[in-house]
Amino acid sequence: MNKRLILYILGWVLICEGAAMQICTVTSIIFRENEGLYFLITGAVCALLGVLAVKVKKPKNMVLYQKAGFCATALSWILLSFVGALPFFLSGEIPNYVDALFETVSGFTTTGATILVEVENLSHGMLMWRSLMNWLGGMGVIVFLLALIPKLGGQQNIYLMRAESPGPIVGKAVPKMRHYALLLYGIYFGLTLLECILLLCGGMGFFDAVNTSFATAGTGGFGIHNSNIAAYEGYYFQTVIAVFMLLFGTNFSFYILLIGKKFGQAFKMEELWWYFGTVVVFTTIIGFNIMSLYPNTYDAFHQSFFYVSSIITTTGFGIGDVNHWPMLSKSLIIVITFTGAMAGSTGGGFKFSRILLLVKEVKKEFYLLVHPRNIRSVKMDGKKISHETMRSTSVFLVIYLAVFIISFALVSIEGKGFVTSFTSVAATLNNTGPGLGDVGPVGNYAMFTPLTKCVLMFDMLAGRLELFPLLLLFIPAAWKKS
Amino acid sequence: MKIVIVGCGKVGTSIASELNLAGHNIVVIDINRAAVTRLSDSIDGMGIEGNGATYETLSEAGAGDADLVIAVTARDEVNLYTCLMARTCGCPNTIARVRNPEYTNDLFRVKDILGLSMFINPELTAAVEISRLLRFSGALEIDSFSKGMFELIKVGVPKNSPLVDRAISRIDILRGKVRICTVERDNEVYIPNGEFVIRAGDRISIASKPEIAAKFFKKAELNIARSRDVMILGGGKISYYLAQRLLKAGVNVKIIEKNAQRCEELSEMLHDAVIIHGDCMDQDLLLSEGVEHTDGVAALMDYDEENILISMYIKNISKAKAITKVNNAHFDSIIDQIDLECVINPKKIAGEYIARYVRAVQNSLGSNVETLYRLHEDRVEALEFRAKSGSRVLNKPLAELSLKDDLQIICIARKGRIILPVGSDMILPDDSVVIITKHKGLSDLNDILR
Repeated sequence: MNKRLILYILGWVLICEGAAMQICTVTSIIFRENEGLYFLITGAVCALLGVLAVKVKKPKNMVLYQKAGFCATALSWILLSFVGALPFFLSGEIPNYVDALFETVSGFTTTGATILVEVENLSHGMLMWRSLMNWLGGMGVIVFLLALIPKLGGQQNIYLMRAESPGPIVGKAVPKMRHYALLLYGIYFGLTLLECILLLCGGMGFFDAVNTSFATAGTGGFGIHNSNIAAYEGYYFQTVIAVFMLLFGTNFSFYILLIGKKFGQAFKMEELWWYFGTVVVFTTIIGFNIMSLYPNTYDAFHQSFFYVSSIITTTGFGIGDVNHWPMLSKSLIIVITFTGAMAGSTGGGFKFSRILLLVKEVKKEFYLLVHPRNIRSVKMDGKKISHETMRSTSVFLVIYLAVFIISFALVSIEGKGFVTSFTSVAATLNNTGPGLGDVGPVGNYAMFTPLTKCVLMFDMLAGRLELFPLLLLFIPAAWKKS
Repeated sequence: MKIVIVGCGKVGTSIASELNLAGHNIVVIDINRAAVTRLSDSIDGMGIEGNGATYETLSEAGAGDADLVIAVTARDEVNLYTCLMARTCGCPNTIARVRNPEYTNDLFRVKDILGLSMFINPELTAAVEISRLLRFSGALEIDSFSKGMFELIKVGVPKNSPLVDRAISRIDILRGKVRICTVERDNEVYIPNGEFVIRAGDRISIASKPEIAAKFFKKAELNIARSRDVMILGGGKISYYLAQRLLKAGVNVKIIEKNAQRCEELSEMLHDAVIIHGDCMDQDLLLSEGVEHTDGVAALMDYDEENILISMYIKNISKAKAITKVNNAHFDSIIDQIDLECVINPKKIAGEYIARYVRAVQNSLGSNVETLYRLHEDRVEALEFRAKSGSRVLNKPLAELSLKDDLQIICIARKGRIILPVGSDMILPDDSVVIITKHKGLSDLNDILR
């Protein structure tokens, strides 16, 4: 494997992270907090090491193969987390390094699970760092670097993209990787800005608006108040946030098609209809189911819509406890925890396109039982889906279940009760954040032992990178030269 | 520029990588999924699976706002139809691979309808290249610049040559007339300065005017002579085109071909050539046809292995210049170690040819590269620039310019005159400047500065 090239990519990742930390330094300076120092130092050391890795050991051979691309991406994310945890730890605002790491992994993977009981105790710089991690992790740091640095990963940089971007089929909408990455980040930035402006128009404070927009955009779910989004009272704020969560959970190809004025093709996306269809149906069912719990119908549906939107996009914002909801509603919430958002979005989960493909495959299997000699291919959006894609989707399901079951077993060693154990794994593997029970929207992950936290951190990274890149690191053959 | 390439075969791959390297936006189309994925993953471009001759696929690939569509599928008819469709989509320029000579004669009639800016026939291009090489039997490669006024000739240096073991600045016969541009030694390429010492066995590229070159070769005791008899092994399309050209230049041509029917066809088309029906891998036949005494042999059979083997054999028994056709580009560096004199890869030549055309089109859009040659397995580029007024390199003695490392100014063409420049020469506006460099992708004369 081309270790020098991996080191080179990691170097750029460090530089990028060091630069991002300076935004938090500035935030700290504005709010006259001393914690900015920790960002300044960590960021500077990062950037220095990064520059060393990039300049001193410049790889001779810039050819990137799939294996190295996947490993580079997975290692980048691990490195990001370890380094990103330092400001929390050094400043003593999160005294335990495992806790700090958990918070960072949760931030970058856009999970939004927190170990903080009192979020408001953090300084502004730290709050900014949490939200910024959500934002960078949403579209991906590697994609950001691909937009920024020409020739990162050479001609084969598609392998880097494929490792980081979610969905069963990752392709480019424009020929040049750099243009594509710029396009994605352009849309991402534009939508974030739009949300921020809308929140400001409603009268939200600037710091709150920026942080909330960052956390929504990455479908992360880190709030800066103890009561999360419930702190922003009134339908306007919560509805704006709920709508934007849905928008960020939409496949970005959809926006690219809209920009290219290919409306017919855009609205023909099967996944889009299934995604929004599910939102409508689930909101309605849960709305009726919880109607008796709230003073009026509108309020019930508002709660239902916000929560469905928050969970299906795997953002994990909360506007109140849901543990007292009826069983039907809670189980529906668990169902959409697993489905997740659309492929090619900033959301996590199993992804609608994969479910669609599997449903079609099942249908085909039954059809074959009726007509054994029938030849038919699986199609999506009118295009034939290749056998390899079908195969890797099925394998994805198997690994996904295996990771889930093993993690569940490991977490249950603590004996926290079925609902808490089950949903904590589901909420981290799908990058949602809050589950039910002790880890519900008003709870947190502080009470778990370090072992459980490590398992859940692994789940978050595995979920964000969609299993394969992270698991590849554990395959000995990946590290062999021949 | 945005370029759509239809067909991901060997020629398509070669063109796509060549153009991608030059920084263009590439979309490749093929009906075969595996071929598309392989190519689009290995270059920074987009791949689309589908029939590239249909309006739907072409517009999906964005042929409507593309600057150029290149159709290089295996079939001429499909390629021409693809160009027609691309034109219908709104693409202004198209290039088609057309191999059948019967079609090429009619192309001028449909040129405007198809928006055909050029057609490429890889076999014909290869034949042109080979015939250029066969003109001098000792040269390894010849490229011409400034409309043929000046050539870059690659030769091997024998032990007895006066060039051996001397620093370049101390070789008198070089002075002012010829210049050594590159030296290839032990699989490594150098762009030498005055202190560089040439050794026996080096392969050097020499820049010179055609008429001076022959004299210099004689003085330097490099084995270069005009060819009189050439033997062509294999009677395919390239052989036909090659024979036609050589015959025109007054060279005696002998073709050996296995297939009797093909022999008949060749003898009908090529009156003056000697056509032999027989197996080229038959040593006795080759000897009886006097292979030892010919000036040049071109191994143009279907299989790379046979071509390589025959060339090695020829090198063993005679002094003839052997040209080896290789289709598979994947083992370039190994083939180079076998010590064959000249290896020709038709698909690669086609790729370079189109890349050169695209550069020329771009030229009118800003870049000012006039000609581009890739030498020594793409490790060195020789580029010809047009010096535009306003450039930072103008009107300064060359000695004062801080040029990049591994870069040399080889020659300046001014009003039909060739200057092999020394430190006191200057580049004036409208000069044509040829440089040789190991840096890739230079697109402007200013890029030669550090």
